[in-house]
Amino acid sequence: MAYSEKLIEHFNHPKNVGTLDKSKNSVGTGLVGAPECGDVMRLQIEVDEASGMIKDAKFKTFGCGSAIASSSLATEWLKGKTVDEALAIDNMAIVEELALPPVKIHCSVLAEDAIKSAIADYRSKNGIAAE
Amino acid sequence: MGSEKLIYLDNNATTPCDPRAVEAMLPFFHQIPGNAASRNHPFGWQAEEAVDYAREQIGNLLAVDSKEIIFTSGATEADNLGIKGVFEMYSRKGNHIITLKTEHKAVLDACKKVEKMGGEVTYLDVKADGRVDLEALEAAITDKTILISIMWANNETGVIQPMKEIGQLCEKHGVLFMSDATQAVGKIKTHPKELGIHLMAFTAHKMYGPKGVGALFVNRKNPRVKVTSQMDGGGHERGMRSGTLNVPGIVGFGKAAEIAMKEMDADAARLSVLRDKLEQAFKDNLEEVYVNGSVEHRMPHVANISFKHVEGEGLMMTFNQNIAVSSGSACTSASLEPSYVLIALGLGDDLAHSSLRFSLGRFTTEEEIDETIKMISKGVNHMRDLSPIWEMFKEGIDLDAVEWSEH
Repeated sequence: MAYSEKLIEHFNHPKNVGTLDKSKNSVGTGLVGAPECGDVMRLQIEVDEASGMIKDAKFKTFGCGSAIASSSLATEWLKGKTVDEALAIDNMAIVEELALPPVKIHCSVLAEDAIKSAIADYRSKNGIAAE
Repeated sequence: MGSEKLIYLDNNATTPCDPRAVEAMLPFFHQIPGNAASRNHPFGWQAEEAVDYAREQIGNLLAVDSKEIIFTSGATEADNLGIKGVFEMYSRKGNHIITLKTEHKAVLDACKKVEKMGGEVTYLDVKADGRVDLEALEAAITDKTILISIMWANNETGVIQPMKEIGQLCEKHGVLFMSDATQAVGKIKTHPKELGIHLMAFTAHKMYGPKGVGALFVNRKNPRVKVTSQMDGGGHERGMRSGTLNVPGIVGFGKAAEIAMKEMDADAARLSVLRDKLEQAFKDNLEEVYVNGSVEHRMPHVANISFKHVEGEGLMMTFNQNIAVSSGSACTSASLEPSYVLIALGLGDDLAHSSLRFSLGRFTTEEEIDETIKMISKGVNHMRDLSPIWEMFKEGIDLDAVEWSEH
C-alpha cells in the first residue's frame, strides 16, 4: 500500500505535536480511541476569548501513520478557524487531502471525533451550550 | 525506496532463494523440459530422475524414506491435505482433531472446514510462553480423537513446541501426530520419525528454495498412514496428490534441502548471536521493551518484541523504506484485531498492537543488525514523542483506570 506524499510528509514531520495546559479555561481537550483498538488521539485547542478564534492547536497520537497524519492535518486546519467553523470540518475532507485508502478511513473519523470532543470540552468549561 | 540497501528481516514470511538452488533449477525450464510422469521417452525419464534425486535430498534432511515425501504446491496445501485427508481416511475410527489456537491459518481454516464436514475440533490454549500445556492436551484426547496437529515452531514468535513429549502422548493413546513444520525445516534438526510424527507439512520458500512447492511427509511403515487425496486427477504422488509435478521447483527444493543439511547448524549459531545482540540493544537503548514468547524454546533467528505505548504499524512507517519486518498490529477497518497468536499468549491488546517480528536469515549481516538497532531505536523514540499514552505513562497515570472511548 503506497501512501500519498502529503500523508508521508505529515507523518515524518508532524505539525503541532505537543501539549496545551488543560487547566486553562481557554483550552479544550479531546481524547478519543483506546489502546486496545490500536489508536488513541489527543487533540487540544486554545480559543482566543476576544475573537472566538482557535489560536493554537496541539496533538499527540498513538496509532498508525494514517492516524498520525490525520491528526497533524486536523491541527493545521483548526488554527485560525472559529469554533463553529471547526465543527464543520468533515472527515471526508481529511480522506481527500491525504488520499487515505479505504481501510484507513476510520483514522479520519477519529480525527473528526477528536475535534468535536475538544470543542465540547471547551464549551462545557465555559458554560456554552451546544447549538 | 531509500538510497541505502534495503535490509530484509522478514525471513519468516519468505526467504530469498539461495543462488545455488536457482542455478540447479535453471536447466529444467528449457533444456530438460520433460513431464516427470511421461514414462515412454528420455525427456520424461530425465525429469523423473531429477525429481527422484530431489526427493532423496529432502528425505536425507528429514531422515525419512524418500517415498514418504508427497510434493504439493506449498505448506498450505500440505496442511490441508494432511488434516482433511486424515479426517476423510480415518472417519470410521473417529472424527475428533486437536490443535492449538496459535497454529497458522492454513491449519486453523482446514480444521474449520473439517467442522463443517461433521468433525469436531478442539482448539487448545497455550501457556504464557506460547507452548502447549501437555496435561491439557492429554485431557482433551477422547476415544474419537484421530489426529493431533501441532506446529513445530510458531511463525510469529518462533516458539518451539515440545515435539518429543507430544509424540509420546500420541503413541500412548494411538492417535496420529501431524506437525506444520514450515518454520522449522531446514533451520533446525527436524527428524519426524525420532519423535513419533506421522505427517509433517513444510515448504521450499521458507528454507531458501523457490516459492510454489512444498511437501507433506506421510509415514509409510509402523504405522502405515494414508490420506484421502484432496486434488484428483492423474494419480500422481502415490495417488495422494494429483497434478503434474513442478520439476524446476522440486529440483530447487531438493538443492535447498541439501544446502540446509550442510549449513543450518552454522547458520543457526551465527543468527542466534545476531538475534540476541538485536534484543539486548533494544533493551539497553529503550525503556518498556518486552520479548514475546518463550526465550528458551525458540527458533534461533526470530525475535518478537513489543515496544510499549507505540503502535506497530505506525512504528514500521518510520523505517520501512529501509528495513522490512512484520507487525502484530493490523490497523485496518476490516480488522482492528491484533495478532491472535500474541493474544493467545495472554498479552494485552495494547502490547500486541506494539509488537514487531524480526526474522533473520542466511543472508543477514551484522552491519544490517547494527543499522536496524540504530534506525528502530530512533523510530521508537519518535513515536513515543508523539504518543499521548507514553506521556500519560511517564506522568504516572494508571492507563488501566482511564475510561477510553472505544470505537
